[in-house]
Amino acid sequence: MVQFKVNGQSQSFDGDPEMPLLWYLRDILGLTGTKFGCGMALCGACTVLQNGKAIRSCSKPMNSVGGLEITTIEGVTAKGPHAVQKAWEEVNVPQCGYCQPGQIMQAVSLLSSKPHPSDADIDDEMAGNICRCGTYQRIRAAIKEAAKETA
Amino acid sequence: MISIENVTRRNFLKGMFSASAFVLCARMVPRSLRAATMIAPPSIDATAFHPGVYVGIEPDGTVLIVAHRTEMGNGVRTSLPRIVADELDADWSRVTVVQGDGDEKYGSQDTDGSHSVREFFEPLREAGATARLMLVRAAAQQWGVPEAQCMADPVHTVTHKSSNRKLGYGELAALAAKQPVPKKEELKFKSPDQWRYIGKPAPGYDVKDVCSGKPLFGMDVRVDGMLYAAIAHPPVLGGKVKSVDDSATLKVMGVKKTIAIDPFKPPHAFQPLGGVAVIADNTWSAFKGRKQLKIDWDNGGNSSYNSADYKKQLQQTARQPGKAVHAVGDPDSEFAKGGKIIEAEYFAPHLAHASMEPPTAVADVQGDKVTVWSPTQNPVGVREEVAKALGLKKEDVTCHVTFLGGGFGRKSKPDYAVEAAVLSSKTGKPVKVVWSREDDIKFDYFHSVAAMYIKAAVDGSGKPTAWMQRSVFPPISSTFDKDAVYGSAGEMSLGWDVIPFDVPHFRSENGQAVAHVRIGWLRSVANIYHAFAVQSFANELAHAANRDPYDYLLALIGSGRIVEVPQPGSPEVAKRYPYDTARLRHVAELAGTKANWGKKKNGNGYGMGIAVHRSFLTYVATVVEVEVDNQGAFRIPNVYTAVDAGIVANPEMVRSQFEGAAVFGTSIARTGEITATGGAIDQSNFNDYPVARMNDAPVHVDVQIVASSAPPAGVGEPGVPPFVPALCNAIYAATGKRVRELPLSRNGFS
Repeated sequence: MVQFKVNGQSQSFDGDPEMPLLWYLRDILGLTGTKFGCGMALCGACTVLQNGKAIRSCSKPMNSVGGLEITTIEGVTAKGPHAVQKAWEEVNVPQCGYCQPGQIMQAVSLLSSKPHPSDADIDDEMAGNICRCGTYQRIRAAIKEAAKETA
Repeated sequence: MISIENVTRRNFLKGMFSASAFVLCARMVPRSLRAATMIAPPSIDATAFHPGVYVGIEPDGTVLIVAHRTEMGNGVRTSLPRIVADELDADWSRVTVVQGDGDEKYGSQDTDGSHSVREFFEPLREAGATARLMLVRAAAQQWGVPEAQCMADPVHTVTHKSSNRKLGYGELAALAAKQPVPKKEELKFKSPDQWRYIGKPAPGYDVKDVCSGKPLFGMDVRVDGMLYAAIAHPPVLGGKVKSVDDSATLKVMGVKKTIAIDPFKPPHAFQPLGGVAVIADNTWSAFKGRKQLKIDWDNGGNSSYNSADYKKQLQQTARQPGKAVHAVGDPDSEFAKGGKIIEAEYFAPHLAHASMEPPTAVADVQGDKVTVWSPTQNPVGVREEVAKALGLKKEDVTCHVTFLGGGFGRKSKPDYAVEAAVLSSKTGKPVKVVWSREDDIKFDYFHSVAAMYIKAAVDGSGKPTAWMQRSVFPPISSTFDKDAVYGSAGEMSLGWDVIPFDVPHFRSENGQAVAHVRIGWLRSVANIYHAFAVQSFANELAHAANRDPYDYLLALIGSGRIVEVPQPGSPEVAKRYPYDTARLRHVAELAGTKANWGKKKNGNGYGMGIAVHRSFLTYVATVVEVEVDNQGAFRIPNVYTAVDAGIVANPEMVRSQFEGAAVFGTSIARTGEITATGGAIDQSNFNDYPVARMNDAPVHVDVQIVASSAPPAGVGEPGVPPFVPALCNAIYAATGKRVRELPLSRNGFS
């Protein structure tokens, strides 16, 4: 039995210990904001926060989440729109939108450690998150916009 | 062409509108406008094409607009309703967009071919103007004043100026619903300078929901009692299960059972591939169980398919005379004159769509009724194919359309929804089929591999006097006709039957090729390889003539003239959308000027490249700036693209589409390559089928939109084709290395 928190709520799990956190969130908890894109930590669609830092939930087995605080896009949204979400709207980042919860979680993680990231910082941090519609230019602009607001 | 009906209180609208809403339907009668660029699968019945656009006004003033087209990042849920809202003089903040199910009352809803705004601009305006006039007449009737004294002013309100009386749209809905539907001649359309929303940038209608992680997508659908399925597909197209051992699978926690899915009967069309499904109580268990299957496959005839050999065959065919597609003058006599001849061969591999959301669908079969939830570009296709597979009538199948996590043409093909329906039928429970990324890449409907050969005779100034081009690729029609080997007229119309250049003698040809994988359409389709060849060759001619490629390209386009197009789709399209080289030239000049073409010297790892292309009736020029280091690693600091798409509904969405097309084009050009060995696809995920990431995508994409009063044309796809040759031409300018075979990663660039 693993015990942990998701969006501030205590949870426990005694199913298949190899099940990735992604599928626990989506299929068991019904938190579908975290997306499935590749299953191999290659695309970032499944990004959530582990104790405030971005991780790929598709490659995080449930037997390793004991004691952790996991935050999903739903958890960020519940606290009222985050500066990153506001900036995303302001810049009109999304096209199809499927990758955007992962992009937003990654950007939240970036800004929490580097409130004023350089272009190189942004590229480094966001390179793991694929957007097939090609919204990268707007993602970069939105991160800078959000950085202004959190300043 | 367009008929507008008052459908207030019609039964089929129950649940969407309240009983007291005023609802109009703008319906288009069948027309062949789509045929211009659409490669329609033969299963689509053209006579059933009656797209209906529904607009309703609720008593509380809410304007409901049914989006019957699919949202996949193309922005249709914003752009289309805003056209209605404009003519209606509605307050955009009081518009609610409702997604329409797959239903023949809307006609074909297949959202591809970049035609949503192109085709619905006029019907949507007419619907809005009709509703507005009926509201005005309702107000005039209520006040007992002449209609001419009443007007929609300022917004969402009818005003009687002289008495300063006002009635809101909601208050007028009931009385408006009783007005006879005015004839088109009675309508007053707004002039472009009065447009409130058309041509004005607006953010996406759904942007807030998208950024909140709401369950909008097919992958997010959850139904009570739902089971999850992962399917082991035959590795080779047409393969069959010889034997299966599922004992290890059945021991996996959460796995319920395995079910065989029958192989398709050729042609494969949209049928499931067959294989073995693992049914479980969550996605992970289904995936894990599938890994434990031991299947012995009979791979069948396509197991001889090897990409390296096939490439040689295509190239060989491209060197031989082919089937003439279109000819002007007499190129052979010109070639025989013994002047200077320049020739080149080009090659572009298969591509996979790789939309971020892999194919997925939920189906619930209850007796002879089926409900499907699916991210689909083609909901009526879902209903037809599910009905066919289960021996039901199309009317028995409901298809709810979710948001699409990308489509790019893949989600026009409903094979994955049929799988869900077959499995629901066999289990008696709702079933969600989830394709992994590996399934998505290996079992796609692939963009065609193509070989092209081009030959030109040039005069003393380096200008071509004759031009012959031949392309060879397994055609999309092979998906619907197993004997099809030639490109369809539709594929030929995608950048090959004619060229926009001032060349007196011209012929286009096509050679035959047999398909060994499922071939499908991918964002901009055959334009990708055709524009790559034509625009690379134009650049080669410029360098052979020792001319600046931009100046040379302008000279090649020449003065303004109308290019005669053999496959316009219909006389109406030819008249509404003549192929005007002056518009192509104009976008080239805009892009070149914005890019400061020629200011910075090419060479030593720096270069600019240009390409132009018209597709989906839109004119595009793209200049790519590239920096290449001595290891061949390159970055793209800037892209300058200029687009003339006629009237644009929402410039913000147009900009997004062209920014995205540059990234999509980067993926194609840099690393895009699908290959097969023994008939099985070699690639599997983003590690071996890489796509552009933030750190290798163009840093800045500048999009200039030509202000135009020409009819609206496509915007979702036309940005892709010119990008790829513009990048390759830039690489040549920077390094002197000509790329004739894609992708760049095969040429020492990364």
